[in-house]
Amino acid sequence: MRSLLKHALLILGAGVMIYPLLWMVASSFRPNDLIFREAGLVISQVDWNNYPSGWNALSEPFSKYLMNSAILVLGCILGNLVSCSMAAYAFARLDFKFKKIMFALMLMTIMLPIHVIIVPQYIMFSQIGWVNTFWPIIVPKLLATDGFFIFLMIQFIRGIPKDMDEAARIDGAGHPRIFLQIILPLMVPALATTAIFTFIWTWSDFFTSLIYLTNPSNYTVQVALNAFIDSTGESNWGALFAMSIVTLVPVFLAFLFGQKYLVKGIATTGIK
Amino acid sequence: MSAIAELQNLSKNNGRKVPPKDNKAAHIFLIPWTIGLFLITLGPMAMSLYLAFTDYNLLQAPSFSGFENIERMLDDQRLHNSLRVTFTYVLIGVPLQLAVALAVAILLDRGMRGLSFYRSIFYLPSMLGSSVAIAVLWKQIFGTTGLVNQLLELVGIQGIGWISDPNTSLGSLILLNVWTFGSPMVIFLAGLRQVPMMYYEAASIDGASKWRQFLSITLPMISPIIFFNLVLQIIGAFQNFTQAFIVSNGSGGPADSTMFFTLYLYQQGFKQFDMGYASAMAWLLVLIVGAFTAVNFFVSKYWVFYDD
Repeated sequence: MRSLLKHALLILGAGVMIYPLLWMVASSFRPNDLIFREAGLVISQVDWNNYPSGWNALSEPFSKYLMNSAILVLGCILGNLVSCSMAAYAFARLDFKFKKIMFALMLMTIMLPIHVIIVPQYIMFSQIGWVNTFWPIIVPKLLATDGFFIFLMIQFIRGIPKDMDEAARIDGAGHPRIFLQIILPLMVPALATTAIFTFIWTWSDFFTSLIYLTNPSNYTVQVALNAFIDSTGESNWGALFAMSIVTLVPVFLAFLFGQKYLVKGIATTGIK
Repeated sequence: MSAIAELQNLSKNNGRKVPPKDNKAAHIFLIPWTIGLFLITLGPMAMSLYLAFTDYNLLQAPSFSGFENIERMLDDQRLHNSLRVTFTYVLIGVPLQLAVALAVAILLDRGMRGLSFYRSIFYLPSMLGSSVAIAVLWKQIFGTTGLVNQLLELVGIQGIGWISDPNTSLGSLILLNVWTFGSPMVIFLAGLRQVPMMYYEAASIDGASKWRQFLSITLPMISPIIFFNLVLQIIGAFQNFTQAFIVSNGSGGPADSTMFFTLYLYQQGFKQFDMGYASAMAWLLVLIVGAFTAVNFFVSKYWVFYDD
């Protein structure tokens, strides 16, 4: 009885949580006037037009923005994987001067509001002509500025037995080889977590893209969606919903296939 | 250990005599990180501290203006309002979100049926939540003729325009924050799994009620995790931007009711190109977030319980 009540409660909660999303999917197939009249999920009159009309609503087809977002995401994933794993190896396995203070600085950058660096960064990048390129967003990732991922990887490397390194060292391997041939292959789960989180966060990022990408041909999907709201106002909800779904699908897929790593990653940085 | 426990530990001094041996290798591994620290983080921080005392519009060189920006902040009614809005959002939104996250995590018992299904459903919104698309959805749902009012109409209630009414617009954004309770929930779940079952077994043998067990075992045992979530969610909530921007078309309206501090900062810096003032605001934000975090750490001594 108790357990039945609990399941009823959980199903109700899950339903309330997920209903808006399902309704948005349903509404993206509805003609505009019906969106405001049908609160249910049954589509009485299917309108396929929302997708093509949204796809071509801006100066470039939506595929362009998807491509821009994809390039940006790939660059950021690559940057984070390489730079954060190198830094993590140093913090987890090496003994060096000022380690403590550097480690503390690294942890504090996780908590630093981005706003305090965005203005000078913008000035700096605009002076070297990088506004309206992807570099202002990718280059910081190449320079290991995402402390969250360094920390996640440090936690993971600490869990790898040190015997492995020692054995390799006795065989004459230096740190670069230990890192590349022993640690990296063993930390694939942490790398996967980093890749998936970077994917979702970069794909969803709006603030930095809004600031750096002002030319329509450089828009990411998020900025494009915002431009779409500006251009049509609230007159074309169907098409707006359709393109919203298009921008959410990649995140949803990343969540679906990467959930194991997301749960593990977030739990280990929080707990152990 | 969580990032926060690490920081607390760093302050403890464990004296070392042996000189570090891996200096050279470490320098190489830390090349990208060190460049990033100075070029992308510390350098710009110092620069914005300087700009905070200047008048700068990107076109002419910054001119030193002393405390003008600070005096202006003291007089700026819209800025005071944006602080009020942000504080309301943080102080109501975060505890509410964490309470829901903890409650659901506790409902999801070890080994119960459908656990991974429920977890997925509850976790998903927090992954999607920062997208523009979700803000678009929220704008429709809480609009005058939106989903919420359509549903209310079914039970005969005439709803208002939740987003367009300044009394409820911030509330809808707080609700959006609660909707994304999934990631703290996942952290709570992992923490709850670490509480040894034998504590509960011993307590039930002694006749302690479920509620009593929650208060005397669960809460103290997971207090470090509550603390971790609290610190991180507060820092995150102070920086929220996207949803307020989208539902108000970047204006922070109606009547500045969704004018988050970050949104006002964006308007000053990247619409008015008043980079000096925006820098001063950014430093105010850092000080506020820093103060909140420091108070959190200080108060934690009295309620966070560490096993070891």
